[in-house]
Amino acid sequence: MTRLHWTVILLALLGAVLILVPLDLTGYGIPWSGLKRYGTYILTLWLVTAIAAMGVNLILGYAGQETLAQAAFLGIGAYLTALTTKAGLPFGLAFLASGVVTFLVGILLGFPALRVQKHYLAFVTLAFGVLVWLIFRNEQWLTGGVMGISDIRRPSLFGVPLRHFINFYWFVLGVTAALAFVFWWIIRSPWGRAFTALRENPVRAESLGIDIRLYTLLAFAIGCAYGGFAGALYAPLVEFIDPNPFALAQNFLFLLMVVIGGAGSFAGPFIGAAVAVLLPEWLRFAEGYYLLIYATLVMVLMAFAPGGIAGLFERLFSARRGASAEKPPAPGLAPASQEVAP
Amino acid sequence: MTTVLKVQDIAKSFGGVQAVRGVSFEVEEGEILGIIGPNGSGKSTLFNCILGQLTPTAGTVHLDGRDVTALRPSTLNRLGVGRTFQLLQVFPQLSLRENLILAGQEHRGSRLGRLFGARDAGLTGDADRMIGFFRLQHLAEAKAGGLSYGQQKLLDVAMAFMAGPRLVLLDEPAGGVNLTMLGTLKERLQALNAETRTTFIVIEHNMEFVMSLCTRILVLAEGRLIAQGPPAKVRSDPAVIEAYLGH
Repeated sequence: MTRLHWTVILLALLGAVLILVPLDLTGYGIPWSGLKRYGTYILTLWLVTAIAAMGVNLILGYAGQETLAQAAFLGIGAYLTALTTKAGLPFGLAFLASGVVTFLVGILLGFPALRVQKHYLAFVTLAFGVLVWLIFRNEQWLTGGVMGISDIRRPSLFGVPLRHFINFYWFVLGVTAALAFVFWWIIRSPWGRAFTALRENPVRAESLGIDIRLYTLLAFAIGCAYGGFAGALYAPLVEFIDPNPFALAQNFLFLLMVVIGGAGSFAGPFIGAAVAVLLPEWLRFAEGYYLLIYATLVMVLMAFAPGGIAGLFERLFSARRGASAEKPPAPGLAPASQEVAP
Repeated sequence: MTTVLKVQDIAKSFGGVQAVRGVSFEVEEGEILGIIGPNGSGKSTLFNCILGQLTPTAGTVHLDGRDVTALRPSTLNRLGVGRTFQLLQVFPQLSLRENLILAGQEHRGSRLGRLFGARDAGLTGDADRMIGFFRLQHLAEAKAGGLSYGQQKLLDVAMAFMAGPRLVLLDEPAGGVNLTMLGTLKERLQALNAETRTTFIVIEHNMEFVMSLCTRILVLAEGRLIAQGPPAKVRSDPAVIEAYLGH
């Protein structure tokens, strides 16, 4: 079987597990009583966080730009959805509007990337993140300020109410699968190749006809739209929003998720979001020490797997395939080091 | 003969340093023009002014009669200008074939069409033909970063031809390449020139390579054009000998 076959089988199994995990299966002879309300909530939060992290992965991992503003885009999507659905707009339209608005704002945020790079760009985006957070906190007439917006209703889908936590989880799972497919489609298309070229060598990319300014803006716009879509799901998940989840530290957390999961890897945001959302929950038994253990684990991982967890798996996979896959050099061709002129 | 490129009075200053001082020349269709000169003579700066990487302080560049001065490199490429770089500029994480597909994809269909169309933008066949032309078939799937220096040089050159350019500017294609690979490179460039009538401008320090490849040579020294003509004439020009030997 090829790697593709294994990937399809693995994804099908994972999908089945994710669909069944909140259900009580003891009646079918399987010793699994299903996740309770809180467990399902955490799993839903993981999916929502992974959507936003996918956006950071596109900007950072594929296009090679830096962003520290994804929590702000999550917030824009969340507030937009909360405000518009409370005003009577159907959730579907609010969801689309969150994506479109964050796409457009993402284009504006992308413009500094045409002039500044790396850490300077990161600080520009961070300043934007802080600005948006201040608006959430201070513009009380619109956002409710620190009191936030409460009683955000969960939507219905084709007449089926999603109020029940399992129904909403399945809905978010479906949306995540759809957005992950779109993401996969983009990165495997010529656009994905252009994003990679932008990351690896923008000067050469431009000499090959790739409009690096346009692709930079596209990467920001699409990445930020993923933050907006995640926000649109986050608001009805938590049913109450205030400025705290969109504060400064959350922007760094999204960066951490992508780096630790594996920047430039399709699975990276899902793994990174799991580390950021699920691992702290699993470490709760350690009580006051859990942050210490969590931080140590992150540092050790970064030291030994700079390509993130996905990169670690990739390395192990490559090592198993062994040297047999390596092609011998063509006759008369010395290794690069011997050919470079002094 | 058709004039493909017309460079007129190009000058470029960096602060108080004048790297290029009013250089003018024309290149005819199908010509292989060499540009030589000692280090710091302004060859690469001139290249970068022609290719839109630098905005010239003065002067104009015309491609097929159209003023293309200071146009962006991506726009120039879409107008049919390819280039290679002095230092290796391949995409190490992509396979050799993917590098070539990338080099041609922006010339295929609309941008939106490329998002919804085939992953390879319909270029796998063209890429494989180019791989065959440069005799790199056994490395098609290998990551470019893992190739030898000479193989990466060939890939770098092959990428410049993927979009079927009218004009290709090669910046020190022989630099750091061993003798075996150098022979292959020269022979392949001559074959491309003969088959496609593509026009070349080559900057090169390797005199043997440039004299045997090019039909006409320009010589730069201290940012000025000091000589031009067939290789044999340039080789014996006293001004050229003085510029190189300093006496």
